[in-house]
Formats: sequence, structure tokens, C-alpha cells
Amino acid sequence: MPVIVPESVESALAALAAFPDATVLAGGTDLMVEVNDGRRSLARVVAVGRVPELADIRVDDATVVIGAATTFARLELDPVARLVPALALAARTVGSPQIRNAATIGGNLATASPAGDALPVLVALGASVEIAGMYGRRLIPIAEFFTGPKRSVLEVGDLVVAVRVPIRRGPQDYLKVGVRNAMVIAVASLAIAVDLDRQRVGIGLGSVGPTALDAPEACSWVAARARWRGDGVEVTDDDVVEFGERVTDAARPIDDHRGTAQYRRHAVGVMARRALRRCTG
Amino acid sequence: MSEMYVLRVNGDEHGVADAWLGESLLYVLRERLGFPGAKAGCEQGECGSCSVFVDTTLVCACLVLAAAAVDSEITTLEGLQPGERGAVTDVQRAFVETGAVQCGFCTPGLIMAVHALLDADPEPTDLAVREAISGNLCRCTGYGRILEAVEVAVDARRGAVG
Repeated sequence: MPVIVPESVESALAALAAFPDATVLAGGTDLMVEVNDGRRSLARVVAVGRVPELADIRVDDATVVIGAATTFARLELDPVARLVPALALAARTVGSPQIRNAATIGGNLATASPAGDALPVLVALGASVEIAGMYGRRLIPIAEFFTGPKRSVLEVGDLVVAVRVPIRRGPQDYLKVGVRNAMVIAVASLAIAVDLDRQRVGIGLGSVGPTALDAPEACSWVAARARWRGDGVEVTDDDVVEFGERVTDAARPIDDHRGTAQYRRHAVGVMARRALRRCTG
Repeated sequence: MSEMYVLRVNGDEHGVADAWLGESLLYVLRERLGFPGAKAGCEQGECGSCSVFVDTTLVCACLVLAAAAVDSEITTLEGLQPGERGAVTDVQRAFVETGAVQCGFCTPGLIMAVHALLDADPEPTDLAVREAISGNLCRCTGYGRILEAVEVAVDARRGAVG
């Protein structure tokens, strides 16, 4: 059968092992664009949308475990997913209602586009990706998951099972620059997550490098400069400005059909300042 | 791909034979099964003209692999129409009454999107309406009369209920 619809992770892995030429199909919103355009031919398809484990969202020890086949429509509204507010915000900026109804977070990871909307959030929060393969399961920190534009550590026979996102007490935000509010691929995007308990700030950047990027130097600098209270954090106006410059230094943008490197660097600075202001005070 | 598969469209089963594996649901609906309601616009999920329901969820038919939709209930624009041939839904009537149709190419997709919205939220805010149709491009109307049509449909449903 050219389309295999497994009902468990184990049977999906068995199908992928038996047919190394098989393509994993989740929401189809990236894959079918390439197929329709004739850029990708399919020998065999393993459609993972009906595997119950992949559609599960649960809380496990201060971590939200989001099944790979969870759609962005569900991430916008699901009460458990909303324990990670930046992810719900990012989900709402994905494509259109039609796209969010189909597109999945596992697909976002596996496609590994530098513009993937969920990815800066996962970077800012230090999420990890649970992968199942023929040698068992492994947990890969998000910082080690991407190896280049549209490239990741996923190998033939591997399946993204879930993403584990830490629950953090503190404000979060997601900002995205594009040509319109809807149906847009990010020209630049930024996620911020403040962790009041550990007195840390996390940043993730999208569309300004070969992969989603972090900004560890800017984050540790601002965390050391900030005045931490139990219920919030304060920074000076000067520090907001310098934070913008330091986050901009972490970006590695290029010129492409969506924007120039110079514009993207500028946008990162604006978003970093705006995000920090919104999360402090 | 020589094996036949069966799609359930608008309540009826339709066999699909001799299809190529990569065919989208949009292609199969239009070219193999004779449902021209979903329009082929961009074929990359940008324009919304091919919007259909798969198991009551609004999606772009161009981004659904047809052969993977075998266990789903597919509803196209044709499946929304009540009763005899030529009858229209309340949303379609509102589009006609307000003049929300110019060239008409985007209209079937918009009708599907507005049905999805009003079924989930019978009293949508202006922002909710704009967000609900944000994936449906119309290059003629400027959207003013489409937004008006949604208001008319909301009022009509409110009247029908109250």
C-alpha cells in the first residue's frame, strides 16, 4: 500500500524501517507545496496523523509534552498548551485558519525552516525534541536539533514524537515581522521568555540565520543587569537599548527575496527592545 | 499507484482508480470526481480558494494528500447546499444580497470559511471575522462587501433562531 496509516509509534517506525524511501506526512502544509510544485516525488507515504500518542498534550513534571501531530490551531487554544503563552502566540501567527488546522509542531521541527514560527519559542525556552528511531528513543536539546537551513539531526527512519517545553513562571512574548498580519512567512521573528524563579531571560530568533538562533550573551548580560522581584523584573531604558544591540549581534541574517540582512538586523533590534519592555516594568 | 481507494465526499463513497500517489485532494475532487466547487488557485495554501471540510475541519484541499484522506468525511461546497439543485445556503444568499461576489473565483472558498466561522462562533467580533477569512484572498472586492455579507448572515441566523 503506497500510503501507510499507522496507529502507533511502533508501527510507524516499522513502516519507516521497512521502506527507507517512505516520506513522513503530518499536516502536509510544507510537503504538499513541494509535491504540487513538482519539486518532490513520493514513492510511499507514512501518514502519522492518526497515531494517538502523537496527538497527546500533557504536563509532566513542570514540562508540557506536546505530541508531534498537534496542530497550531490546537496550540492556540488548548489550556495545557497555553501554559507556554509564547507558543500560543506564535501558533496564532502561523499561516491562516486553514493552515493552522492542518500544520503541526512536529512538521515545523522536521521541516527545520529558519522561518518556522514555533522554533524561536522552543529555543527561548530551551525545549527538547523527543525522537523515536530504529535504535529506540532519544531526547535532543533544541540547540542541537538543527544542523542548517531545512536540516536537522533527523535520520532516515526517525520520527519526531513530541517536543518537551519547560513551564516557566514569568512573562513571554512572540513578535513577527512580515508584509501583512496573516498568511505570512516571517522576515524576522523573536520569542522572549522570562523565568522569574531562575532569574533568567531566554531569546529565540527566527529567519535571521541558517536555523532558529539563541542569543546567550545578550540574555545572561540582561539577567545580570536586571532588578529581580518575586513577581516581576525591571530594567533601565539604557539597558533596553543595549539589549537590543546585543541581541542584534547574535543574528546572522542574509539577503533574500523576503528582505535584506540590513533590514533583518534592524528588525531584530526593534523586536528585542519591544519584547523586553513588554516583559519588564 | 494502481490500487483503488475510496473517498467519502458529501456523504457518498467515490472510488478513485489509477491515481498518482502525489495527487492532492483538490485535484481528485475536481478532475476525477467532478466536484468543481473547490477552485484551484495557488496550489500552495496561500489563497484559500480550495477550502473544504475534512472531518468538519476547514483546510486547503490542495495541501491534503488525497490517498491519505480515505477514512475522513470530506465536505465540499456542493455538500453544503440544501435540498434540490440550485438551492443556496444562508451564507451564499448573504453574499448575493450584498454584492460580495465579483469574478467569483474566491467565493466558494470564502463561503466555506464563513460557514466554518459561524458554526463555531455565531456572534463573531469584527476581528474574529477578519481573522477567519484571512486565508482567503479576494482580488476584486476589497473585502468590504464580504465583511458586510458576514454581518447579513449573522443577522439572518439570529433572526432564524430568535
